[in-house]
Amino acid sequence: MFYREVGQFKSTYAADMAIFPIRQDRIGIMAILAAAAVGVPLIANDFVLASIMIPGLIFTLAAIGLNILTGYAGQISLGTGAFMGVGAYAAFKLASAFPQVNVIVWILLSGVFSAGVGVVFGLPSLRIKGLYLAVTTLAAQFFLDWCFVRVGWLTDYSSSGAIEAARRSLFGVAISGPEATPLSRYFVVLGLVVFLTFIASNLVHGRIGRTWMMVRDMDIAAELMGVRLLPAKLLAFAVSSYFAGVAGAMMVFFWLGAAEPSAFSISLSFQVLFMVIIGGLGSMIGSYFGAAFIWALPVLIKFAPNLFGVEIQSATVEHANSMIVGALIIFFLIVEPHGLARLWAVAKQKLRVWPFPW
Amino acid sequence: MRSSLLPIEKGRQILQVENISLSFGGVNALTDVSFDILAGEVRAIIGPNGAGKTSMLNVINGFYHPQVGRVIHRGEARTGRKPHEAARRGIGRTFQNVALFKGLSTLDNIMAGRTLKMSRGFFWQCLRFGPALNEEIDHRRKVEEIIDFLEIEHIRKVPVGKLPYGLKKRVELGRALAQEPELLLLDEPMAGMNLEEKEDMSRFILDIRETFGTTIALIEHDMGVVMDLSDRVVVLEYGRKIADGTPDEVQNDQTVIDAYLGRSH
Repeated sequence: MFYREVGQFKSTYAADMAIFPIRQDRIGIMAILAAAAVGVPLIANDFVLASIMIPGLIFTLAAIGLNILTGYAGQISLGTGAFMGVGAYAAFKLASAFPQVNVIVWILLSGVFSAGVGVVFGLPSLRIKGLYLAVTTLAAQFFLDWCFVRVGWLTDYSSSGAIEAARRSLFGVAISGPEATPLSRYFVVLGLVVFLTFIASNLVHGRIGRTWMMVRDMDIAAELMGVRLLPAKLLAFAVSSYFAGVAGAMMVFFWLGAAEPSAFSISLSFQVLFMVIIGGLGSMIGSYFGAAFIWALPVLIKFAPNLFGVEIQSATVEHANSMIVGALIIFFLIVEPHGLARLWAVAKQKLRVWPFPW
Repeated sequence: MRSSLLPIEKGRQILQVENISLSFGGVNALTDVSFDILAGEVRAIIGPNGAGKTSMLNVINGFYHPQVGRVIHRGEARTGRKPHEAARRGIGRTFQNVALFKGLSTLDNIMAGRTLKMSRGFFWQCLRFGPALNEEIDHRRKVEEIIDFLEIEHIRKVPVGKLPYGLKKRVELGRALAQEPELLLLDEPMAGMNLEEKEDMSRFILDIRETFGTTIALIEHDMGVVMDLSDRVVVLEYGRKIADGTPDEVQNDQTVIDAYLGRSH
């Protein structure tokens, strides 16, 4: 009804090639941004900000990173957790070595280190494909896990083996460390995630993104179009690991405040991989859906009984939670194996042609 | 890149294949094959199934590297050449079993053919603004010309996975054309098509040569098409060249007739 493009004629290629070619989409995205920047801070309490919005956005960024590698370039990786860890440890070391530089600079730079590590572990991708490549990235996961535990230099030889977010501020407002309020952290996270989503979206809509999808869909034909496979795949590893690294650094500085090596274990890799698969491979909005589904939904379910004043034992809630989320994952994958993003696209298509079926 | 190549005069050799022998383990796919392709001609490669026609194209492309012999392209012998280098030197190609990027739309598939012509680096790509966007738009214009040329305007935004076979072949031709190749290798462009689609495709092949001056090497099984379209025909059987000449000469060659129809004993 309201989602119609009737009368929206495009008279230039630029208008036709816009990332949001339909006016309603542009309005919608502006409304969502406004809601995130103004509405959420006004309505949400500290709990919602600190336990749903901040981690949800950080996971979204990690999912975008993995989606670039797996969804767009077609290379499966099980090392996302470790790459996030590299970013976290790099940001920690940089921030403690150069305290006078703003922490946001270090967070954005920390991704460069994980990009470098990602490129090294991406080298086998020239020869190895599919599940076998996933196994070689598993090597990255275990090796880096080992480093986080055993290399004392990474944690500045802290006795607990954990790293802590230093007290840092932006324009006089504390944004990391114990004094930072959830609200200030939320604004920083939101700004960074929106900015990096913008970059990622631009990349995948241009020549580089097309090169990745060429490699994913038909590598021999890609070579024939003049694509050199190894540089294209390594670039995907680098960009993907960059996003994962920045997400890892943000995880420590803006969400957890401190992290033990086990925070970056294989289960984190799997969590991000599930977000990408459920959200939709090769879709930016899918990364948002996936993170919301895998992260925010369990939190909501956990606290839903409290909101309605129902008293249930927390262990029962925990069990029910696993069952509900598990069942939903199976349900969505049966209904739409291509993820929530595809469901979203189908819904939009139906709205466009409503009341006709096609 | 194409723009750096000087155009080759019509009728001069653009590619020579010299004494190529290619084997996989104990199987000899090609044995001592030599022929040449002249600029501006339509050169057909025919032969029964398993004669080594596609292997020949793969050698020219750089997917296979022959054990013996060499490929001379534009006067340079390039034996160890990689496929992406062949693309840079103006060789385009379509595949026997359509090798499109199935997740992409028709438009993006043809845009993919222009990858090498785009030069804006990582920084501008991150912003998708200014030079990078202008570049995309310029290439979109070129791609639209190809879409017009091949009469596929109606499927511009359709993901190629959903297209019927005949149109897929046409999109693949469009993708190869987008590279602005000087030499276009077509591997069975009409396999599995009905008469009308074959006529369309034949028309496009002739138009391509007429409009863009592209040299075409063509593998095809439909003898009517081959004899009508091509200027010269090379015939392979069991990896050996058994005939080479104009369609008339080849048609009346006894070894060719034997290869196709069998010998009487």
